[in-house]
Amino acid sequence: MMKISNAKTVDGKIISLEIENHLISKVTESSAIDEKNGLNAINAINAINAKGKLILPGLVDLHTHLREPGREDSETVASASKAATAGGYTAISAMANTNPVADTAGVVEQVYRLGVEAGYCEVNPIGAVTKGLNGEQLAELGAMADSIARVRIFSDDGKCVSDPLLMRRALEYVKTFNGLIAQHAQDPRLTINSQMNEGVISSRIGLVGWPAVAEESIIARDILLADHVGSRLHICHVTTAGGVALIRWAKQRGIQVTAEVTPHHLLLTDDLVENYDPIYKVNPPLRTEKDVWALREALADGTIDIVATDHAPHPSEDKDCEWQAAAFGMVGLETSLSVVVKSMIDSKLMSWSTLVERMSTKPAQIAGYEKQGRDLTVGSPANLFLLDPSAKWLVRRDRLNSKSKNTPFEGMELPAVITDVFYNGIQTISDSKVVPVPISNSLNLNFLHQGKDLN
Amino acid sequence: MSSRHLISVQDLSKAQALGLLSTAKELARITDGPNKKLPTLRGKSIVNLFFEDSTRTRISFETAAKRLSADVINFSAKGSSVSKGESLKDTAQTLQAMGADAVVIRHGSSGAAKRLADTQWISATVINAGDGTHEHPTQALLDAFTIKEHLRADAQDLSGVHVVIVGDILHSRVARSNVLLLDKLGAQVTLVAPPTLLPVGVTEWPVEVSYNLDDVIDKCDVIMMLRIQLERMQDSYFPTEREYARRYGLNSNRLSRLKSTAIVMHPGPMNRGLEISADSADDVRSVVVDQVKNGVSVRMAVLYELLGGAPINVEAGEKK
Repeated sequence: MMKISNAKTVDGKIISLEIENHLISKVTESSAIDEKNGLNAINAINAINAKGKLILPGLVDLHTHLREPGREDSETVASASKAATAGGYTAISAMANTNPVADTAGVVEQVYRLGVEAGYCEVNPIGAVTKGLNGEQLAELGAMADSIARVRIFSDDGKCVSDPLLMRRALEYVKTFNGLIAQHAQDPRLTINSQMNEGVISSRIGLVGWPAVAEESIIARDILLADHVGSRLHICHVTTAGGVALIRWAKQRGIQVTAEVTPHHLLLTDDLVENYDPIYKVNPPLRTEKDVWALREALADGTIDIVATDHAPHPSEDKDCEWQAAAFGMVGLETSLSVVVKSMIDSKLMSWSTLVERMSTKPAQIAGYEKQGRDLTVGSPANLFLLDPSAKWLVRRDRLNSKSKNTPFEGMELPAVITDVFYNGIQTISDSKVVPVPISNSLNLNFLHQGKDLN
Repeated sequence: MSSRHLISVQDLSKAQALGLLSTAKELARITDGPNKKLPTLRGKSIVNLFFEDSTRTRISFETAAKRLSADVINFSAKGSSVSKGESLKDTAQTLQAMGADAVVIRHGSSGAAKRLADTQWISATVINAGDGTHEHPTQALLDAFTIKEHLRADAQDLSGVHVVIVGDILHSRVARSNVLLLDKLGAQVTLVAPPTLLPVGVTEWPVEVSYNLDDVIDKCDVIMMLRIQLERMQDSYFPTEREYARRYGLNSNRLSRLKSTAIVMHPGPMNRGLEISADSADDVRSVVVDQVKNGVSVRMAVLYELLGGAPINVEAGEKK
């Protein structure tokens, strides 16, 4: 049994909470701080005095690159799981662009099993939409859905499902198992060899532009397709003011579209590219100040439903080179919450309870992760974490748990320090450090399936 | 110069740029004499690190370095360790280990020279000899030198000179460097190109833009024709070679409308009959050969100032 006392919830209550058997077993609201520091718990070792700290349900990421199988030199399911838990995540979603591609039941089951073995968070595989991400033929979506990994989100992320007919078929086909197509919106013909946002900066520094219209034209097309066939559509990493306007329009018309924004697109702009440091090379690219503000407003008002990290680890040689030779992508799991706090809460655009909605409740709903994003009430699975909202921390790449160190926030001081994380009732972060997870958690395969029956 | 490197024209103040031009003039005067060689950089090693084929620029830098008595090592990517997959970092460190004092780099990636200068990979001086579609600062300096010699020999700067640059602005490092330097030196610049070959951000550049060469041909003092690459046609930047030549080429008709005092420039190599007709290239107003000659003087000045030659003309501008 674990007791957490004096924690403040995002709606301002002071609560004490007990965890037993992987679940929240008791919640009491206290009118005053319990000055006994939880000493009335059965065992003081299993008690945390959370005075001054916020308690939140575990974060849920719908867009994570884990690189395993294939590029275990940059990240593994286990190292990404540690990074995830350090960032307050209790569920992540493994993107399909591995090697081999996650386009069969075999590969998604392998990734799923590795996640369970790591035991730091739920690892839910995303399946490829098309075989080998080639954009030519549907992958066996039904087989992945029926596998032990129970895949519901399908994405060719990194590549766009650019063929409109194939996109239509995919949107229709996944309805049989309430699936969702997550589109990486990038018209390939408008972005041949593109390196950065097309605009004033790209013109000056001579890098091939990635125009906003290449993203927006696909969003517009897919919204209309989703409307026509009555399917759910999810837009990955929206980056432009124009894309936001299209999604807002679609939602007003009642089209079933959801959208995500990454933390880095909420904070960074394309002028950072001026020195050609590939740490800022990412796809979709960093945009302008105007776009950043449109994204922040859209996240605040719910036009953009969720934050997703697009955590993209790369080994140092893929960033310690000239711009064009470098890989696209940034790691983000461990900085995500703090960057969102900095860009959304410190700027007074969003409340803590809306942050929980955007980073936990809603992503869990979209993906159908039933043990995630739940209220902190008796009977809910104990996926939750504590953070100190008044403390700050300095981002140091060497201290990241991720195997790759390609963070664009190196040296930046960020708000909100995560101190304790519980996944499935087991403490995975204590005093801001990763704790070895008891074997019982990693072997508890059945746990993840409880309540996941769909029919 | 204030910086140890020359990466972009933006690294230079107006005074520093003019200082380089007068150093170049002084060096040209000396090496025009019977003894072309100066002992200034004896014992220094300069590496020409060329990842793209460019015989002209490489020979120009090589000549400049040799006239200053430096040792020159030519490294070209073809058939070298680079073709075996070696990274820019490892190539640069290898050359540094062999004792290079300066690296003159030509690279297909915009920003490659800047990366070499900004990272801790090497400590040598870096000179940008063309990076992707970004900049080619010594080309801009030699163009400014040529314009000044022909049109403003005794003036302080290039005030009042109207320069028209015609062609593939989008992909041109020559155009980017020239726009920055000519603006800095007081010249007025008009870019002429089809909209497909202009960057979307050109609206923020200190230039006028025209889609029609005939509107500006009789008003300019300098017309600079850029080389058009034929593969652009495959990518639909323009319909055909002949249509491009008709609309944007410097032909006999347009040549006849050019001011008698104007000069015709081209960074080379020329596509005769495409962006420039043979009679234009060979016209008395063409200064293309002067550009090549001035290229050596300007590159001598750059090497001289960056590698610590003693000032030869202190009044001319700021020296380090």
